[in-house]
Amino acid sequence: MDPIRESLLKKSKASKLEMRGKIITYFCIGLIVAIVLAIFYFVASKGLATFFTDKVSIKDFLLGKSWNPGTLDKSGKPEVGALPMISGSFFVTFLSALIATPFAIGTAIFMVEISPNKGSRILQPVTELLVGIPSVVYGFIGLSVVVPFVRSIFGGTGFGILSGTFVLFVMILPTVTSMTVDTLKSVPRYYREASLALGATRWQTIYKVILRAATPGIMTAVVFGMARAFGEALAVQMVIGNASLMPSSLITPSSTLTSILTMGIGNTVMGSLENNALWSLALILLLMSLFFNMVVRVIGKRGALK
Amino acid sequence: MNPKKADKIATSILYGIAGFVVLVLAALLGYILVRGLPHVSWQFLTTPAKSFSSGGGVGIQLFNSFYLLLLTLLISFPISLGAGIWLSEYAKNNWVTTVIRTSVEILSSLPSVVVGLFGFLIFVVQFNFGFSILSGALALTFFNLPLLTRSIEESLRAIPYSQREAGFSLGLSRWETVTRVVVPDAVPGILTGVILSAGRIFGEAAALIYTAGQSAPALDFTNWNPANIASPLNPMRPAETLAVHIWKINSEGIMPDASAVSAGASAVLIIAVLLFNFLARFGGKALYRKITSSK
Amino acid sequence: MMRKGPLVLVGGILTVMLLVLSGCETQSSSGKSITIVGSTALQPLVEAAGEQYGTENVGVFVNVQGGGSGTGLSQVQEKAVSIGNSDVFAEEKKGIDASKLVDHQVGVVGITPVVNKDVGVKNVSKKQLIAIFTGKLTNWKQLGGEDLPIVLLNRATGSGTRLTFEKWGLDGQQSKDAQEQDSTGMVRQIVGSTPGAISYMAFSYVDKTVDSLSVDNVKPTESNVASNKWKIWSYEHMYTNGAPTGLTKQFLDYMTSDKIQKQVVSKLGYIPTTQMEVKRSVDGKIIAIKKGM
Repeated sequence: MDPIRESLLKKSKASKLEMRGKIITYFCIGLIVAIVLAIFYFVASKGLATFFTDKVSIKDFLLGKSWNPGTLDKSGKPEVGALPMISGSFFVTFLSALIATPFAIGTAIFMVEISPNKGSRILQPVTELLVGIPSVVYGFIGLSVVVPFVRSIFGGTGFGILSGTFVLFVMILPTVTSMTVDTLKSVPRYYREASLALGATRWQTIYKVILRAATPGIMTAVVFGMARAFGEALAVQMVIGNASLMPSSLITPSSTLTSILTMGIGNTVMGSLENNALWSLALILLLMSLFFNMVVRVIGKRGALK
Repeated sequence: MNPKKADKIATSILYGIAGFVVLVLAALLGYILVRGLPHVSWQFLTTPAKSFSSGGGVGIQLFNSFYLLLLTLLISFPISLGAGIWLSEYAKNNWVTTVIRTSVEILSSLPSVVVGLFGFLIFVVQFNFGFSILSGALALTFFNLPLLTRSIEESLRAIPYSQREAGFSLGLSRWETVTRVVVPDAVPGILTGVILSAGRIFGEAAALIYTAGQSAPALDFTNWNPANIASPLNPMRPAETLAVHIWKINSEGIMPDASAVSAGASAVLIIAVLLFNFLARFGGKALYRKITSSK
Repeated sequence: MMRKGPLVLVGGILTVMLLVLSGCETQSSSGKSITIVGSTALQPLVEAAGEQYGTENVGVFVNVQGGGSGTGLSQVQEKAVSIGNSDVFAEEKKGIDASKLVDHQVGVVGITPVVNKDVGVKNVSKKQLIAIFTGKLTNWKQLGGEDLPIVLLNRATGSGTRLTFEKWGLDGQQSKDAQEQDSTGMVRQIVGSTPGAISYMAFSYVDKTVDSLSVDNVKPTESNVASNKWKIWSYEHMYTNGAPTGLTKQFLDYMTSDKIQKQVVSKLGYIPTTQMEVKRSVDGKIIAIKKGM
């Protein structure tokens, strides 16, 4: 065959390369999705057993206030009310995100807009280091510093949602900050230039242009922070007190989904009701993070610059 | 309030916030180091741990932590890079991408104990890897993938589109543009992502308790054959890491100097993360210069 | 330079595969190892014995992991591990078919109530102890101590220590819902630092940061446990699925040998089974062991 014709008909080297590249990236993303599906299936199959195998009603599970899966209540049903843990988890997550968000946004703005030099020399290593401190260590600092502090200022035993909030605040701060920094950095330069050219001050530019443009990204950052707060177990477990009671105030011992899950899982027998009930808690954790994601996606879409 | 005044006030508030964050870290670091450093010595760093008498070190745990980190990154980095490239370069803006993105985010919000138990039932029991570094590394990969993917995607996206256009206009395919123009330019960002995730891996305990195990059998540091059970390189041996060790001695430790060992180990952990950070930063700059051949 | 991306990928995947392969090889070539999983309270003891066994028998590897009594029992039931450690009788755990499991008692552990040093109480009656944990007494003043509210601290639901304490210390009554912690170390730290706190732990963990309480004027000592004057104690169990064979049997024999029982068991604060003057069955029946046998 004519070599020119042949080279025209055959795929070029570049397009073969392109094909290969595509396959590699598709494979990678496919792998991640497969892992997520596997975990989801795994947690769901165990978590749903509480309802299908052990015949616990979903309403009792979500709204019941007494958690004691080993024992039966007066009417002979197992006590698997998860409401205390669900509300505990929500409280610590929202409160810590509420405190951490302004700090994270402030720090990120400082790093990107006010003083990029100091930002990258001091603050970036600082946030990276904060991530590197293991949760066990956070827990022990919480136990030996935060708990006595809360006890002496607010009374009570010091164990409770408030201590958990303080610990989580420090833990999620770096995550939210570094992601916000990335978002701010990806706001195109000409946005800033246009705003400054119109005579806006730096703060007006930050507040009215950059933060607006970065809103969806910041939202994602906050969700990531909340997700970390939600999933955090070891540190919270050390300071929240782990009492499966409805949280009556910020300084009485209460519990989160993760703390009860982590504490109980080793002491229960696979396949028993106690164990399945704990997996149901894990399932709630998954579903809640799914829910958060949806909400943020909606907000992000509405808030995006058109 | 006039805009100029508002600008000044806002700036000083931002300074305050930034200062506060630095202060928090300084206090944390100070607390850990002041409590822990007096217990750290060369002997502490190199001797194996003792389970019920005082004077044990963290030598094996320290090695295990680094080895596990290396192995985890080795598995998770290529996958995250591929996935990150897909998300930033190939993903179309449709519902499939949304589903994929959501699942990545969900993976990152899983509590580590769930990942640990999943890893236990799948790798340790089902695949019969036993309590081993490999099981631990795979569990940590699950845990690390979303974070790393996300940060790689972000750093790729931060590269201006004009870079890609320049690549296309030279007749490069999309893949070539990505590997030869975009990725090298994004190296510092990617590296930061790797460091951040490395920090998390280093400090993770809950996911490892059920996978890499809580015992650190004695190692023979002269034997570098990965197939030998006493060799430090063997990925099939149980390996307690530094973070798990801290957790363990604080929860059930019965050695008389448990709190000292725990404080010392925490300090070592922090210093390791610190060192790792500096090295990566330094190396990242050098790498960036080499890849982009900029001076 | 241009192949960097794919090269990294391929290289990474290859390395991992190599490592896996080399690992698989190891597993098949090192047949002489057993895995023991379960109770975190028993872990240090078995670990210490395992280490010693490993140095005495070259090439044998005893792999000891924690994970909790529930994990130990369910994994040994599924034959995923050789031995499952537990703080409680398998019959007392729901979801376990105890008929298939063989019990090996390797020691006895005594459990004592502990309080913060400031409460000013050294002895309580059994009735008072129950009243404290069921929430009927709420201030140490009511017991002749300081004017401090009583802060209850429990171990996690399902923990062996808690089961034993509720069964023998509270006469089977359940403690009121209160703070929970899942490890002895945490309990000790919290009781030591929280005014008015009360909890319970194994004898071996009691140190100078907390005070142990006498119950009905019986002191929590090893000799009182041995004579069953102190009622709150339990066996430490190592369960096998069916009768043990091979290395598992050898190791269990080693665990119950005089050498380990006398040296390691008592050094770690457990009471050797050979020292006990009584035997207690699952349902709590006490049988005196004749001495001099």
